[in-house]
Amino acid sequence: MNGQAWLLLFEGAWTTLWISSVAIAIGVVLGLGIALLRMTRIPFLEQLLVLYVSLARATPVVTLVLFIFLSAPTFGVAMDRNSAAILALTLNTAAFNAEIWRSAFISFSREQKEAALACGMTNFTFFRRIMLPQMITSSLPGLVNEMSFLIKSSPAIAVIGIVDLTRVTNRISAVTYEPLPPILAAALLYMLIIGVLLKLQAIAEKKANRLAM
Amino acid sequence: MTEWSIIWEARDAFLSGVLSTLLLFVLSVLAAFLIGCVTVYLLEARNLLSRALRIGIDLMRMLPFLILAYLLYYGLPTLGLKPSAWGAGLVALAIYHGAYFAEILRGARIVMPLGQIEAAKAHGFRPGRLYWRIILPQLVIRTRPLLGNQLIYALKDTAFLTIITVQELTAAANSVQATYFIPTEAFVVVIALYWAISICLELALKWAGRFGAKRGFEHV
Repeated sequence: MNGQAWLLLFEGAWTTLWISSVAIAIGVVLGLGIALLRMTRIPFLEQLLVLYVSLARATPVVTLVLFIFLSAPTFGVAMDRNSAAILALTLNTAAFNAEIWRSAFISFSREQKEAALACGMTNFTFFRRIMLPQMITSSLPGLVNEMSFLIKSSPAIAVIGIVDLTRVTNRISAVTYEPLPPILAAALLYMLIIGVLLKLQAIAEKKANRLAM
Repeated sequence: MTEWSIIWEARDAFLSGVLSTLLLFVLSVLAAFLIGCVTVYLLEARNLLSRALRIGIDLMRMLPFLILAYLLYYGLPTLGLKPSAWGAGLVALAIYHGAYFAEILRGARIVMPLGQIEAAKAHGFRPGRLYWRIILPQLVIRTRPLLGNQLIYALKDTAFLTIITVQELTAAANSVQATYFIPTEAFVVVIALYWAISICLELALKWAGRFGAKRGFEHV
C-alpha cells in the first residue's frame, strides 16, 4: 500500500459518497411524495404504490442495478452506469423512506390538526407550518438509519463496473498481489462514513425524544 | 412471446438458482441465529470476552456486507486458507447477520424486567439454564418483528454473493441474459422469485405473531 493506492481508495470513497448522496437526496423527497400520495387514497394509485413498496423492499439492490442497467437499452433508453446506479439506489431507498414518512403521518396527533383548523389555517398552511416540521424531527432518526443502510448496500453498484470503494480494492490488489491491505483500508473508510451517520442518528434520536416529551 | 418461451426453456437454470439461494439463506440464517443467541449469552458475563464481542458487533454494524465477504474470499488466502466462494459467502452471511441478531436480542435483553430473573435464581437456576429456558425464549418472541426484518435483509444480502462468483439466483439471471440477450425478462422472473420468497417470510412472521399473541406477548 503506497500513496498511489491510497489515492485510488479515496477516489473510490468519493464515488461511493457522491452516488449515495444523490440517491439519498432524491430518495428522501421521493419517499415523502409517495407517503403523501398514499395518504390521499386515490383508488388505483394506492394499490400501485403498495405494490411498488412491497416489490422494492424485497428486491436486492444487486439484482435491481443489473436489471436497470442491462434492460434500459431494450426500452430504448440510453443510460450510463452512474445514472443506472443512482436510479437503482433511489428506487430502493425511496420505498423504505416512504414507510418511515408514512408512520410519521399516521402517528401525528389529531388534536393539533383540529386546533390549527379552528384557528383558521388552510390545510396547506397547516401541513407546511405545523405538521411537516414535527414530522421531520420525528422521522429523522429513521431516515438517517436508512441512509446508513443505503451506504451499506452501495457496494452493489460495483456489479455493473462502477469503481466504488469496494471495487477499487480489486484494482489495487491486481497490481500489488496483496488483497488484504486494501480491503482492510476500505473497511476502515466505510467504518468512518457509517460511524458518522450512526453518531448523527444518535443526535437525531435525542432531538426526537425531546419533541415527544 | 418468444422471449418468454426462451425463459421457460431455461427454467432449469432459474430453478437451480432458487435452490442455491434458498440453501445459502437457510443454512446461513440458522448459523447466524445460533451465533446471535450464543453471543448474547456470552454478553451476560462482564469480562474481557464480552467486551471484545461488543466491539465485534459494532464493527459488523459499520461494515457493508460485501466488504466482509471480500475479506473472507480474497483476504483469507493470504493467511494460507483458500475458501471456496460458496463457503466464504456462507460464513460471511452467518457472521454478519449473527452480529445483527445479537444486537437485536441484546436490545431486548437490556429492557427485560429483573423480577423473573431473580425469581429463577431463587429457584436455583444456573446461569446457562436460566438463559436458555427463561431469558432467550422471551427475547426471541418479543423481538420477532425485528428478527423477521433481519431475515429479509439476509435474503437480499445473498444476492451480493454473485459478485464473488457464487452461483445463486442473481447469477443465474445474469448468465441467462448473457446467453440469450433477454435481460428484461430474465430479471423480471428473478425479482418475482425474490418477492415470492420474501412474501412467504412475511406470512411466516404473521403466523409467528399469532403464536406470540397466544402466549401473551401482543403488546410489543
